[in-house]
Amino acid sequence: MDFQIFFFLLEDGIANGAIYALLAVTMVLVFTTTRILFVAQGEFVTFSALTFASLQIGLVPQIIWLLGLLAVIAAAIEIYRAVSDKDFKSIPGTVGLYLVAPFAVIALTIWIAPLGAPMLVQAAVSVAIVTLLGPLVYRIAFQPVSSGSVRLLFVIAIALHFVFQGFGLLFFGAEGFRVDPMIDASFEVGSLIIKAQAILIVGTLALFTALLYVFFGYTIPGKALRATAVNRVGARIVGIKPDLAGKLAFLLTAFIGGVSGVLIVSSTTIYYDSGLLIGLKSVLGAISGGMVSYPAAIIGSIGVGILEGFGAFWASAFTEAIVFSAFIPVLLWLSLRSTPNEEGHEL
Amino acid sequence: MRNPLLFALPIIAVAPWLLPPFYVTLANYVALASIVVLGLILLGGAGGLMSFGQAAFVGIGAYATGYLTLNYGASPWLALLVGLAVTAAMALLLGVLTLRLTGHYLPIGTLAWGISFYYVFANLPGFGGHDGLSGIPAISAFGYDLDGKTTFFYLNWVVVVLAMVSISNILDSRIGRAIRSGGRATPMAEAMGVNTTGVGLTIFIFSALLACLSGWLYAHFLHFVNPTAFNLTISIEYFFMAVIGGLSSIWGAIIGAAFYIVSKQWLQTLIPALTGRVGHFDVIIFGFVVMFMLHYARQGLAPSILGLFGKRAHFHHSVAEAERLPQRERAEPVTEMLKIENARKNFGGLAAVDDISFNVKAGEIVALIGPNGAGKTTMFNLITGVLPMTSGVVSFRGKRIDNMHSREVLRLGIARTFQHTLLRPHLTVLENVALGAHTRGSTGLIKAALRLDRREEAQLLYEAKVQLERVGLAHHSNTLADSLPLGQQRLVEIARALASDPHLLLLDEPAAGLRYEEKVVLAKLCRELRAEGVTLLLVEHDMEFVMNLVDRVVVMDFGVKIAEGTPEAVQADPAVIEAYLGGVNE
Repeated sequence: MDFQIFFFLLEDGIANGAIYALLAVTMVLVFTTTRILFVAQGEFVTFSALTFASLQIGLVPQIIWLLGLLAVIAAAIEIYRAVSDKDFKSIPGTVGLYLVAPFAVIALTIWIAPLGAPMLVQAAVSVAIVTLLGPLVYRIAFQPVSSGSVRLLFVIAIALHFVFQGFGLLFFGAEGFRVDPMIDASFEVGSLIIKAQAILIVGTLALFTALLYVFFGYTIPGKALRATAVNRVGARIVGIKPDLAGKLAFLLTAFIGGVSGVLIVSSTTIYYDSGLLIGLKSVLGAISGGMVSYPAAIIGSIGVGILEGFGAFWASAFTEAIVFSAFIPVLLWLSLRSTPNEEGHEL
Repeated sequence: MRNPLLFALPIIAVAPWLLPPFYVTLANYVALASIVVLGLILLGGAGGLMSFGQAAFVGIGAYATGYLTLNYGASPWLALLVGLAVTAAMALLLGVLTLRLTGHYLPIGTLAWGISFYYVFANLPGFGGHDGLSGIPAISAFGYDLDGKTTFFYLNWVVVVLAMVSISNILDSRIGRAIRSGGRATPMAEAMGVNTTGVGLTIFIFSALLACLSGWLYAHFLHFVNPTAFNLTISIEYFFMAVIGGLSSIWGAIIGAAFYIVSKQWLQTLIPALTGRVGHFDVIIFGFVVMFMLHYARQGLAPSILGLFGKRAHFHHSVAEAERLPQRERAEPVTEMLKIENARKNFGGLAAVDDISFNVKAGEIVALIGPNGAGKTTMFNLITGVLPMTSGVVSFRGKRIDNMHSREVLRLGIARTFQHTLLRPHLTVLENVALGAHTRGSTGLIKAALRLDRREEAQLLYEAKVQLERVGLAHHSNTLADSLPLGQQRLVEIARALASDPHLLLLDEPAAGLRYEEKVVLAKLCRELRAEGVTLLLVEHDMEFVMNLVDRVVVMDFGVKIAEGTPEAVQADPAVIEAYLGGVNE
């Protein structure tokens, strides 16, 4: 392997790793605030990617019907609750919250789909659809059991993955999609070629990391999420609603998943079932930091991306097996660091 | 009818002659899946562990026999042994890596394993790639070829019944109580002498072996294997079968597998007919069903179906008199039982226990008292190895036990109760108490499965019953532990500690929540124990109870020992009065 190939693989690996890092950050965010190990996160990525691809070829992405369905279910649950609590005054607000935004986005999507709108508009609409799915999914699937065990929440996340993958096949078919890079350019630095798309992806990671840093460090909702992560009961006592924190976490997760989707679909062919692998690779990155540390999750994820890039070069058929074998040393490391029974959770 | 198995056996016997051929095939698939799901129920329902890699273990069983019989003409029976050995090694590796970690790492580790398996076997040369292996020969036994769907129907269902019987035997045994008490690293089970990591590892390997066996049967039933049958989706489907059937009962395996496989068959013909589109859309419906059940019917279908047969959800024991378990020699009354020198425990900058020294002589009753937050329970946790000590020495009968594991501390003869009672709610009172005698038995999983543990089991249960009689709760033996009021739960905890035959008994607030009459009974019990040579150290806030019972009192405040002596001396001590009532120096 000469240096050029090495650099090419490294660049590709870092670009993919940056996507995993974005997702790993949201995994940690969701896990610490809600205790949900959200393995279905990858499906937000594929939904956004395939929606973007559909819009590019002028089709109305059918996923809008899922958005509409979930919005109606969530609104129905809220209205039912309001009626049984005799809290009629809250109904208009709830209906507005759960129905207006989703149906506005649905209408917008139907309107722009055949117009061949600019790529950025299509990307924004794709991200918007997926972002709205986040809090709806939390409301319907997780909020009723938000105090359940980590195991229970994990099984629900797996069930959601199943449902999403089924819907993915229903809406987008079994074919894979890939789109042209948003910025189709490259720079030459000496003998090395740097793709603009790679810079865009790494830049997005840097931007979001900075934004999240500001969000968590300096804004009230960010601090509320951090407080919930540290101690749910304590956060509730000081007036932070855990379910609101959950919805906010899912909104952020879905948004970042959506952005990752429109970025990744120009470098990788995305199928309806690509989500699980993408999601699990970010889990691998996230657990490198024990599911609590953001910097470790980012570094771990970039490592996963690089491992994947080189694995694909040396033994392409075994890439996935190589990447997932990396769980073994990571788990070993975590296991050796852990001290079971210290501060037993029962006592 | 007490045992639905007696009802099921005749059905199995006649079913292949009554069912349409297509449903005989389907029943074979149900049986093969049930074998795998039984393992998941042992793992998840009883032990609180989850695996999403079972299909890959099925795959090992199937590929081992396919590869060895086709390429080397090996006997399927030999191939089965090879498959089981490889499976055990893989499960051991995954278990060792993940079981020491908190709850969610075993499922993640198994997910990764499930994915890796698919990609390895789809690409490894010699295993037929995505097409897999075909033409796998039939199993032959005693000169007969076992082949055809009717033969396999009996073979598969015999394996299911054997697996059910052995798991049911395991659950109702010494090791079964250990499994049902957590399976993960729980301080209570560890303090009862259960090696929770070892128990978790054992059931994980056992469930993997069942999956492997199912794969071996699958390969010889279909004469064909390919990697798609063992991918992650299939592992998730097995898990869903367990959730739908219900993790709380072994019948959940068959009920879940049958429901899932039959309705999947219907959906796969119905949905394309309705929508005109082809694809695995049934997964959407199953995903919703599982979510719905987890929200509203976490017990699964089994309890309501078993209810039709009048089967009790928990074990019911009528305990016969048995030979008593061997008891320890009690120490001479003057021997130093427990000696604590300069014990210290820091939590960050806070010294919860700050340089404490005291000792307890054999046959004494000593109380450790002090205001809330004085560090009394922390002191108990240091003595019993639940928490590691920062510095200092704890000796028990002349042997250093500081920083020993809580299991070893129990084996040496120190038993304890917990301030917040830690009974297993879904075990009966008798089973909870028998858990205390865990270290006095030795039979493991295999003997339990084969019912070779009955003599020891009778002794363990009799011991539990004797201790329950002592605390006056024998009539509640078969009650589920969480249906007792708090005061009685404390007494059950004492019985559980006594079942380990301790030299030294540590009681953490035994009188809290007890009514007056119950306190009188408890004080009488403590005196009886002292007369028998059992030494007692107790933390208690009820001063009337303490002062009338104990020989000596040690007083702690903010982690420091402020007084020690007879009840009378301590009650008159100005430092103690100040700690409890506040100073008068304004």
